[in-house]
Amino acid sequence: MGLSKKDVQHIANLARLEVSDEQIDDYVEKLTQILDMVDALKEVDTSEVLPLAHPLHMSQPLRVDEPTEKNQRDLFQANTEHVEQGLYTVPKVIE
Amino acid sequence: MDRLTVSQLSAGLRSGKFSSEELTRQSLARIEAANPSLNAFITVTGEEALTAARAADRKLASGNAGPLTGIPLAHKDIFCTAGTLTTCGSRMLANFVSPYDATVVSKLADAGVVLVGKTNMDEFAMGSSNETSYFGPVRNPWEVSRSPGGSSGGSAAAVAAGLVPAATGTDTGGSIRQPAAFTGITGFKPTYGRVSRYGMVAFASSLDQAGTLTITAEDAALLMEAMAGFDARDSTSADQAVPPYSKMLDESLAGKTIGVPREYFDDGLDPGCERAIRDALDVFSDLGAKITEVELPHLALSVPTYYIVAPAECSSNLSRYDGIRFGYRHPDARDIGELYTRTRQEGFGAEVKRRIMTGTYVLSAGYYDAYYLQAQKVRRLIRDELMRCFEDVDIVAGPTTPTPAFGLGEKIDDPVQMYLNDIYTIAVNLAGTPGISIPCGFSGTLPVGLQLIGPHFGEATLLNFAHRYQQQTDWHTKTPPPVSNDGAGE
Repeated sequence: MGLSKKDVQHIANLARLEVSDEQIDDYVEKLTQILDMVDALKEVDTSEVLPLAHPLHMSQPLRVDEPTEKNQRDLFQANTEHVEQGLYTVPKVIE
Repeated sequence: MDRLTVSQLSAGLRSGKFSSEELTRQSLARIEAANPSLNAFITVTGEEALTAARAADRKLASGNAGPLTGIPLAHKDIFCTAGTLTTCGSRMLANFVSPYDATVVSKLADAGVVLVGKTNMDEFAMGSSNETSYFGPVRNPWEVSRSPGGSSGGSAAAVAAGLVPAATGTDTGGSIRQPAAFTGITGFKPTYGRVSRYGMVAFASSLDQAGTLTITAEDAALLMEAMAGFDARDSTSADQAVPPYSKMLDESLAGKTIGVPREYFDDGLDPGCERAIRDALDVFSDLGAKITEVELPHLALSVPTYYIVAPAECSSNLSRYDGIRFGYRHPDARDIGELYTRTRQEGFGAEVKRRIMTGTYVLSAGYYDAYYLQAQKVRRLIRDELMRCFEDVDIVAGPTTPTPAFGLGEKIDDPVQMYLNDIYTIAVNLAGTPGISIPCGFSGTLPVGLQLIGPHFGEATLLNFAHRYQQQTDWHTKTPPPVSNDGAGE
């Protein structure tokens, strides 16, 4: 099935990506090709099949709710220069 | 230049034939000479490597060394290494220094390996040719105009060219096995959950699995003994004992059965590859194994299934890259929304963005059932039919790839053609089973990979089959022509 430019802009917005006017035709074309390829799945009768999320049918293990990590804030914040007094800074959110 | 295996180097280190420092210096010198033409490494950790090598030599001298002590090794740049760049082949992480080590990294360090550097890869492991790397494509040492495969192409090229005896990789849809096939080496993808994913940058969490790129199956066994095992830090890690793989390699194949899927020999298979695969099956017959045909009728649907499941998981995993806490940040956004979109627009490459958008679409309101849920159901059909084969046969065998290494630039503008290249490897990831690719001949001048697939936790069986084959043949000893030092050079 084909995607329109509007569809692609909508998807990009959901994914917090920006698609420029020069790129939009390429995205429309290639995403349409990909969706055409995956459309083959629609032919398969899966009315009696359960979805598979984990190949080994393992369930999520639980552990005792005790702290296991020590506080390493300074180490973690070394990965950005946008830190003030131990807080991450971003452009103003509320006017 | 000689290219020794981990097992040979380990023996040489123990007998004092050479020191780890000498081996490490040799590896670093080879990297320096070959990297301008191969582009296999993103980061080389020379100083740290020499320090680790000297520590390994002290351990060897004291008699406390294990089989991997002092062996130079490279990690795919998807594994977090504390204090060293971990870029994942992306502009987004080009400046990222992990505060901690991946479990694979710390386990191999504990086993005494010497990390010489981090290898180039497709961006976030999304690609089959290494051309999506922000740091440029890796070149295939067999023919530098060709792709080494992907996404673990840097690790594969580095081992094939003898820069390191072994490297780690990750395999989400074939990213260890396909590059191993394209470069004439052994690529091993264990069962999903066998090796911890902690500290391995996530792409598609229900498919990602770490493994090895080595010259021989014996070396894969040695590395796996150190890498595998339960890790409380990975909630999908399998809580199962790790067998002594390297002690289980010599078992006889007499009376064992190999299933060959009819669907692996369709029109898309290169005749040179087919010839090499058929010859390899004859070798297994000579070793006493019985060859029988099996059926995987849904095999063709594995590519479409994968290209819903993997992008869906990728779009979710990659939502963490927002420019706030680490990684690339767009420098002059006016508001928070623009900060997110400009950061992601500039930090990700074209293929990663296509996959994020595909995944976002198939998970979005109104499309979830038709795409994602349907793909999860077909995933079960594909898994179940592969599992059914193992009721009758010990392993399944066929080609790793439909063709030998394709040219750089040949498929990069046509994503669907690129995706279809993974037709023989993807079902293994969907089913979560282990798989190995071993060199089994040539199509023209290019290496061909034979893929062996086992049941869940059948690692020892696969390594046994692969090792017996390598005892009988010498394809794994074939080395590419020496790499010239003067750029791309074709």
